[in-house]
Amino acid sequence: MKYIGLLIVAVCGGILLSATSDFPDWGYSQSPASTYLSNHYIEKSIEETGVPNLVTSVLADYRSFDTMFETAVIFCAGLVCFLLLRNYNRQKKFFYRHISTGVVLCFKDNCKNLPASKKFEQMDADWIPHDLIIMTVCRILIPFIQIYALYVVAHGDFSPGGGFQGGVIFGSSFILLAISYNLQTAMKKIKEKILGLLSALGVLIYVGIGIICMFLGGNFLDYSQLAKILPVDPIHVRALGMLGVEIGVGIAVMAVMVVIYVNIASEGRHDEGL
Amino acid sequence: MTDFFIGIMTKYNYWLYIILMMIGLYAMIVKNNLIKKIVGMNIFQTAIILFYISIGYKTNATIPIIKNAHGDHGTGAHKLIIHAADYINPLPHVLMLTAIVVSVATFGVALALSVKIYQRYQTLEEDEIRMRLREK
Repeated sequence: MKYIGLLIVAVCGGILLSATSDFPDWGYSQSPASTYLSNHYIEKSIEETGVPNLVTSVLADYRSFDTMFETAVIFCAGLVCFLLLRNYNRQKKFFYRHISTGVVLCFKDNCKNLPASKKFEQMDADWIPHDLIIMTVCRILIPFIQIYALYVVAHGDFSPGGGFQGGVIFGSSFILLAISYNLQTAMKKIKEKILGLLSALGVLIYVGIGIICMFLGGNFLDYSQLAKILPVDPIHVRALGMLGVEIGVGIAVMAVMVVIYVNIASEGRHDEGL
Repeated sequence: MTDFFIGIMTKYNYWLYIILMMIGLYAMIVKNNLIKKIVGMNIFQTAIILFYISIGYKTNATIPIIKNAHGDHGTGAHKLIIHAADYINPLPHVLMLTAIVVSVATFGVALALSVKIYQRYQTLEEDEIRMRLREK
């Protein structure tokens, strides 16, 4: 098997390498990929859309239909992880630790009256004492990560950034919380139901902006039509339309990242993670 | 022979992505562990992303964000004059932004499936899974 694989790889690699002689040189500005359409994007983007970041203007305006379905792909990935892994069977044993003394209580089966108070904390079966340094650093760091994520989403029109990147950064702040504390703490901050609703809401915002444009008499996702309801000129309003779409993307990506992490880390039981 | 080396020097980006791609392909074909196969798939995707980004590059060009465009947005009295050769091609960047998203989605779904396989067969080795399937 090893030699067959090596042979296949060598043949494929050889064919691909022999084809490179037909490719344009590294950094050649007149290569086929950099002529026709991309020149129009570079030269006309600022006139037509008023957005300096060309990647955002191409992503959310010229190719916004593509990006809409990309968001739908993300939503589907979150949905698949949820449907494949979510397991509503509760754990057999629950461990509670008395914080001041360190005595651990073990409850078997489904006890309804769990001692949820400030004296006891629920803990994982393979519990390791919390590291003070890690917890403190993460507690200080997480708000800044979230503000940075919001900046990346909101400033995506003018600097590197956008909905996908900001959404991933925001989602990773929740993952950091789940890793540094435990999964229960993170799930208390953001409930599973809210995560599901947010991931659908993101796609809905995107499609909703497209449909509003249709109702105002334009094509689907033709942001210039939004000038009829917003007090801005038709070129500026395209930037606002892109911002709305990026916010939708950011919400969907953030929720789906957390859903994927939580479901995979706890095998769908949402009780204890890594 | 010197032509061959000049060819490599001017097109080394393609050589790098092909090598990376073949590493991914080899892992996908040969490795026995499902997680290693998934990692191989991710390396393969990364090679494609590198390929796309590299064809968008132009020498002496900057990132695709228009300079001095804040404020009047180029529609005011003094219009910005933009040369396409000064900015790298934004189109491959956009395509790869969406490709990264798809790769994250496929990675998540693949990991979910392998968790499910592990729950059922207690192993992620391909030959052992095949053995368990034959026993039934």
